[in-house]
Amino acid sequence: MSTILEVKNLKTQFITDGGLVKAVDGISYYVNEKEIIGLVGESGCGKSVSQLSVLQLITNPPGRIVDGEIIFEKQDLLKLDVNSAEMRSIRGGKIAMIFQEPMTSLNPVLTINRQLTEMLELHLNMTSQVARERSIELLKLVGIPEASERIDDYPHQFSGGMRQRAMIAIALSCNPRVLIADEPTTAVDVTIQAQILELMADMVEHFNTSLVLVTHNLGIVARYAHRIYVMYAGRIVESGTSKAIFSNPRHPYTLGLMTSVPRLDEPRKRKLATIKGLPPNLINMPPTCAFLPRCPYAIDRCKQDIWPEMRLIEEQHHISCYADIEKEKNAYI
Amino acid sequence: MSEKNSIGKDFQEVPLRVSGFKRFNRVFFSRGLVTFGLVIIVAFIIITIFAPQLAPYDPNELDMGSTLLQPSWEHLLGTDALGRDTMSRIIFGARTSLIIVIMALCFGATVGNVLGLIAGYFGGITYAIIMRLIDALMAFPMILLALTVAALLGGGMRNVIVALSIGMLPPYARLMCGQVLTIKENDYITATRSFGASNLRIMLRHIVPNAFPPLIVLITMQVGHVILMEAGLSFLGVGIAPPAAAWGGMVSDGYQYLLKSPILSVAPGFAIMLVVFAFNMIGDGFRDAFDPRLRGKL
Repeated sequence: MSTILEVKNLKTQFITDGGLVKAVDGISYYVNEKEIIGLVGESGCGKSVSQLSVLQLITNPPGRIVDGEIIFEKQDLLKLDVNSAEMRSIRGGKIAMIFQEPMTSLNPVLTINRQLTEMLELHLNMTSQVARERSIELLKLVGIPEASERIDDYPHQFSGGMRQRAMIAIALSCNPRVLIADEPTTAVDVTIQAQILELMADMVEHFNTSLVLVTHNLGIVARYAHRIYVMYAGRIVESGTSKAIFSNPRHPYTLGLMTSVPRLDEPRKRKLATIKGLPPNLINMPPTCAFLPRCPYAIDRCKQDIWPEMRLIEEQHHISCYADIEKEKNAYI
Repeated sequence: MSEKNSIGKDFQEVPLRVSGFKRFNRVFFSRGLVTFGLVIIVAFIIITIFAPQLAPYDPNELDMGSTLLQPSWEHLLGTDALGRDTMSRIIFGARTSLIIVIMALCFGATVGNVLGLIAGYFGGITYAIIMRLIDALMAFPMILLALTVAALLGGGMRNVIVALSIGMLPPYARLMCGQVLTIKENDYITATRSFGASNLRIMLRHIVPNAFPPLIVLITMQVGHVILMEAGLSFLGVGIAPPAAAWGGMVSDGYQYLLKSPILSVAPGFAIMLVVFAFNMIGDGFRDAFDPRLRGKL
């Protein structure tokens, strides 16, 4: 399987009144053909900002991409000018994104037809008649009933789940190589969540698109992702196949995340496990590991050395950690 | 559509899909006043087009023997100090007033909106420069600004239109700028940008349609202002030169004879009132009908 998107050492920073926020502080990942990768982390760890950086949608000021390379189709996307025609043709045409809030992601004064056909007219130069037919097909594909009538509806006439499907249709309309889904299920209820995820997995098959699934929900990535990257404070702390990570989490943060999810086969009276402490303030971070204040496995080296490099611990499984937590995995309980 | 509350038979009568056009009409005409306003506007447009056929007399024909006559069968609204038939002058004045209003509003609104759009969308120094210019324009009372421009350029219809446009554009610029600043923060604008739309496309196809409602209301509210400003300009001698008939000018002229022959000011004044009212009504109707989120009455 070939790599279609590779991000190397991406750094995005925001200049705020409180100081310099290093939202993304050097992450590297890659996406292969027909792969679903999960980007997992809590709110504020930099996952959404990293994806917006790939498409250069960061508002400048106050945000700036300060370093890194994004290799896509043999060119570095960060070398392209933000508003250039090339960058614009990549957005939507080759790399598409769907957003968290279906309620606000669609323009309320334009019909679904207008919004779908706009994409097609923009990237594939279709005439409006042809584009309309293709749009109806797309809506049928994503499971909107009575597509040929509903296509003339306005977003407020669709329910939340339907809007998210419409967004997926728009994003996939030009057959992008990569689809980035930024928390696609956070804003919808669980039954719709399942449908949306199944739909996206089907679309990956159907359109031969790769999917970057950004979420804080471990359950989703467990089921759907082939490989997972765990982010914390703007960096990737663990990466590997989902099987490796779920069967053998080796970074204290990942272990903490998994332990905090209540399980059906536990004794009912067990207190909920938490990761003590709060997410770090991203301004004026110390050079040591960002997880140090909250880590029950910290060793002396963690307090002295800078944030650890990613090291290989087993096949396709890297962690950014000095400690070896193999021996006692119950520090959180 | 019947008023019965029972579910069942009545619901089956409602068509499943209503086309955009029908929906627009349903919302637009849902209030009687809006329809009334539209009727008035249409009537005035007809009067404007068919003025020569409708007016009983030539509006500029003097008849010094029949000055300041009261309304009669011969002169339905009487005559003015120079013997000209008021009715005919009102009919032809409709032309002048409406043309000035439409042209001035078109130019003023377009230029103002474009400036506001650019300033709001690009921000930074563009915003600073444009908005300070607009602030400078706004520091002058509209009428004074129009007066200054008209005095510099001279009177005559074309210059009056230019003067009024300049006087009127600041509110549009500010309104549009404010709208753009709010709208461009919405998620769907980021989404559209992520689909590869250019700045121009986002501005024209996505931001402007969302900015319509207050804009329409502003336009209709300014109709009255423009007509009154034109009257002021004419009164001060830099507007439409006599003997051309214009409602505002007629009101000013008739002022001198208010006690002897009130119809001279009241008639054109009433016409102004009717037109302003009609525009306000259809402005409300448009705003309600354009907003896809308002259901209107079924």
